Amino acid sequence: MAGITDLGIAGIRDGFRAGEFSAREVAEAFNGAVASAKALNAFIIETPDHAIAAAEVADKARGAGELLPLSGVPLGIKDLFCTAGYQTTAASNILGGFTPPYESTVTGKLFAAGAGMLGKLNLDQFAMGSSNETSAFGNVVSPWRRNDGGNAALAPGGSSGGSSSAIAARIVPAATGTDTGGSIRQPAAFTGITGIKPTYGRCSRFGIVAFASSLDQAGAMAQDVRDSAILLEAMSGFDPKDSTSLEVSVPQWEVGLSSNLKGKKVGIPKEYRVDNMPAEIDTLWQKGIEWLRDAGAEIVDISLPHTRYALPTYYIIAPAEASSNLARYDGVRYGLRDLPDGANLQDMYAATRAAGFGPEVKRRILIGTYVLSAGFYDAYYTKAQKVRALIARDFEEAFKQVDILLTPTAPSAAFALGEKSADPLEMYLNDVFTVPASLAGVPAMSVPAGLDSKGLPLGLQIIGRPLDEQGVLNAGLAIEERAGFTARPQNWWAK
Amino acid sequence: MSVDAATVRKIASLARIAVTDGDVEAMVPELNNILGWIEQLGEVNTDGVAPLAAVIPNHQRLRADVVTDGNIRDKVLANAPQAEHGFFAVPKVIE
Repeated sequence: MAGITDLGIAGIRDGFRAGEFSAREVAEAFNGAVASAKALNAFIIETPDHAIAAAEVADKARGAGELLPLSGVPLGIKDLFCTAGYQTTAASNILGGFTPPYESTVTGKLFAAGAGMLGKLNLDQFAMGSSNETSAFGNVVSPWRRNDGGNAALAPGGSSGGSSSAIAARIVPAATGTDTGGSIRQPAAFTGITGIKPTYGRCSRFGIVAFASSLDQAGAMAQDVRDSAILLEAMSGFDPKDSTSLEVSVPQWEVGLSSNLKGKKVGIPKEYRVDNMPAEIDTLWQKGIEWLRDAGAEIVDISLPHTRYALPTYYIIAPAEASSNLARYDGVRYGLRDLPDGANLQDMYAATRAAGFGPEVKRRILIGTYVLSAGFYDAYYTKAQKVRALIARDFEEAFKQVDILLTPTAPSAAFALGEKSADPLEMYLNDVFTVPASLAGVPAMSVPAGLDSKGLPLGLQIIGRPLDEQGVLNAGLAIEERAGFTARPQNWWAK
Repeated sequence: MSVDAATVRKIASLARIAVTDGDVEAMVPELNNILGWIEQLGEVNTDGVAPLAAVIPNHQRLRADVVTDGNIRDKVLANAPQAEHGFFAVPKVIE
């Protein structure tokens, strides 16, 4: 029998309900796995007491016959979600010592559904990064290694790299993530796990440290499609505290799972075939097309003509919104204060922000400040919003012809830590396939589909119509069943 | 459009981020590299296109104009680097 820590959400939930183990045994097993995996640096803080307390409640609830959807399931929480009474940092020194007095809506929903928390997961600072190298708490390391005999430490992707690394290493059964331009999907692809970003507005942004508010969206990261459906269902729902929250009911995505795609049309956007993409990724994409055809879908070639402008559009809009959102870190109300001798209030702001923000965060704040500044606003920001409208229109037109789209998730497998960090632009280009769906606000997920010649996972991305998470999950399931992805990294990290 | 050292100093000042001469020197080429790449949006014909602000259609909800929380001063101040007498404290701003 597989050990408890091999199980995902459904396995734990069902085994716990069947009386195969207690919730406390589950919490203890994962707490132990977390404690022994420091080499991954996946956690900023560990919260074993929270997991145990939730498990005790779950064990009592089982005795009383009052089980909740996630009773007995411990989770990792990305440290971008405010957790009442538990330090929340967004992996930045500027939030040093910040303990929220309130709970984010998403974590509140998960805890109310019976889940416990194993700890707060590391991430790129303010979720700005694609490799987890911008965290003030050090790089997260992927559990995967290339099969070339070298021991190069690989990036777990970003920004939800603590989440992806921890799930791939089986030290958490599943985790929350957030996705602004690919921060759930790209790390999922890099580590051989599943990650879904729902429609913009599905999950409340209340209590999630803001990066770029018109793009930020929470989502689920898990071992497989079913677990992603269960977790996303528990995270989603209308919240009056978020003005962009959608007032729509949450479907029962797990119950609705079906890999039969008869009658569905799958679009293959030709613009996603980019220069310098490894042939292995193209081959895997072709396999994905065959798998969906085998599941009953009809394949249609389509065009998303403005795809190549998505990244430059994103790198205007996201920094612009970030420069505005991050203006709140002033050294007055929370977090770090740097008050040099004799400094006035303005000096204090500037010194605090210089000391507290990391280099990538500063870079984006400066770009955002520049594109919003007098004389440049129309040339950059308004222009980007217009191109964003065209990108969104591309998707609308495509979804008149097809039900879902299939693309690769990322243009490469995981790269080594340090390999791209010297050139910000090169790092940005890694999000080329994930950013368009973020700009259009449509649901998208990455499912593991195979290994490259170096033994590293590759993912395929499925993009759906607004609010059609079910269609996305179902196509994901069809790929999952046919890809038979069972590869796991060899355990080098446990102590 | 490209930025020079004076522009970088100006936007850093607008963004309230203290920068050293060394920071500015490093940032000028970095920002120009990124801004140069962004310029390609100029190729896109956006005549008659309305700028997109909200991506998924939604409406602004109204609610009754009543107090829904409050009386949590101590919670609000709990994370302040410096709080005195029930207020946030900052360096003197009036001579």
